Amino acid sequence: MRKCYFDHVATNPLHPQVFEAMLPFFREEFGNPLSLYEMGMKAREAIENARALTGALINSKPSEIIFTSSGAEANNFALRGIALARQAEGKHIIVSRMEHHSILNAARFLEKSGFAVTYLPADKYGVVDPDAVKGAITKETVLISVVHASSEVGTIEPVREIAGIAKEHKVVFHTDAVASAGNIPLDVKEMGVDLMSMAAHQFYGPKGAGALYVREGLRIVPLIYGGIQEGGRRAGTENVPAIVGMGKAAELAKAEMAGRTEHVKKLRDRLIKGVLGVENVYLTGHPEGRLPGHASFTVEYIEGESMLLLLASKGMYVASGSACSSKALKASPVLLSMGIPSSLAQGSVVFTLGKDNSGEDIDYLLEEFPPIIKRLREISPFAKGWDEKEAGSKCYTTSSESPKK
Amino acid sequence: MTLKFVERIKPDVTTDIVYMMCPMHLLKLEEKMKELEKGQILEILTDYDGALEDVPEWCQKTGNEFLGVEDSDEYYKLYIRKVR
Repeated sequence: MRKCYFDHVATNPLHPQVFEAMLPFFREEFGNPLSLYEMGMKAREAIENARALTGALINSKPSEIIFTSSGAEANNFALRGIALARQAEGKHIIVSRMEHHSILNAARFLEKSGFAVTYLPADKYGVVDPDAVKGAITKETVLISVVHASSEVGTIEPVREIAGIAKEHKVVFHTDAVASAGNIPLDVKEMGVDLMSMAAHQFYGPKGAGALYVREGLRIVPLIYGGIQEGGRRAGTENVPAIVGMGKAAELAKAEMAGRTEHVKKLRDRLIKGVLGVENVYLTGHPEGRLPGHASFTVEYIEGESMLLLLASKGMYVASGSACSSKALKASPVLLSMGIPSSLAQGSVVFTLGKDNSGEDIDYLLEEFPPIIKRLREISPFAKGWDEKEAGSKCYTTSSESPKK
Repeated sequence: MTLKFVERIKPDVTTDIVYMMCPMHLLKLEEKMKELEKGQILEILTDYDGALEDVPEWCQKTGNEFLGVEDSDEYYKLYIRKVR
């Protein structure tokens, strides 16, 4: 049976060159980077080289990169570290409802710790309105965090504009770029962001390595106290192989980005066109301003998990929304915040493509997916009478545009 | 050791290690002092209380001059003149 991996937003396979670069640091080069003898110095050099390569991917200075264990840690570090560092100036933060749980739950933690949090909604395409951000700022606001690109619907947010508003009001701005870093060009200086989170396994690097960009001169309270690793800002003996892997993956992503983007974009456009050929299937997220390899839909009358399982039985691996929502069998809060009704949000399916997907993979998907939808609708208790309805808009956006139940 | 309090000292170089804990104050101190010319003044911004003891002691040990400390609301400003 053909195997097609269409879940690159969950994780990417490790690039063979990244694996090769990591190997010596699992074997002979196992030294602690703080050790003063040669083995330690080699490990230290490897980390600093990886820091320079990771910084180059987003046009930051090496010293502005703090390695973490994951994107989630980077997000927690940014929110909690800045909120605590700035609490004497004010105790209000702003986040959007498009955020990953590592932002939303960190914000909830801060709420319990005495901060006020504004959760900004998005529009029908999942876009956060910069004017709404501006309107939410008070004299107490110390931090704004808006995701760069949504992993669930692929929408790319107007981060540069929001960063400009934050700067104008002297508020620190963080963006979670876990889904976009290494996949589309990012330049922290040009975007004007103060902090940015990223994760290596989203661009063919290893799991267990992430990074937080912190603009030079910005104070942040550490999340983990201990030794002097990462300039005293993130303690703990470094995961040297993973950090080396992140550096190599960043180097490859930068060099190959244009080619990779063009490739996945072509496949994605074919996929979207083909899947929207099925009745009562709607694209979620922005039709144009979205991640190049990202195609997300809601399929009426059936559940995302059932599609996921039948696709997996045909060797195709996809997601049905965020991993957390999937496991909890809950409608995605991101889709709900975009005005998609809960019943329709349950039928969410997300295809995210990578450099190793081919045109044949898309042919196979377009051949197998429509019969799966048909079969599931035949047995769905929600589908009664669905064929009597007219096919709705192929780009589902708001509840008012949804076919009437 | 009695601490000397100072005001309005003009530093040549400043290092901001507010929210950083031990031993970052000593590592940054050594790193930055290497960059200074003799006679120049280093300013360390820190909220780590241990620095009030460690930095004057380091100066005594290394033959550099500890000029004193200025207490601002949230952190200390420590001043060191490079002698050797």
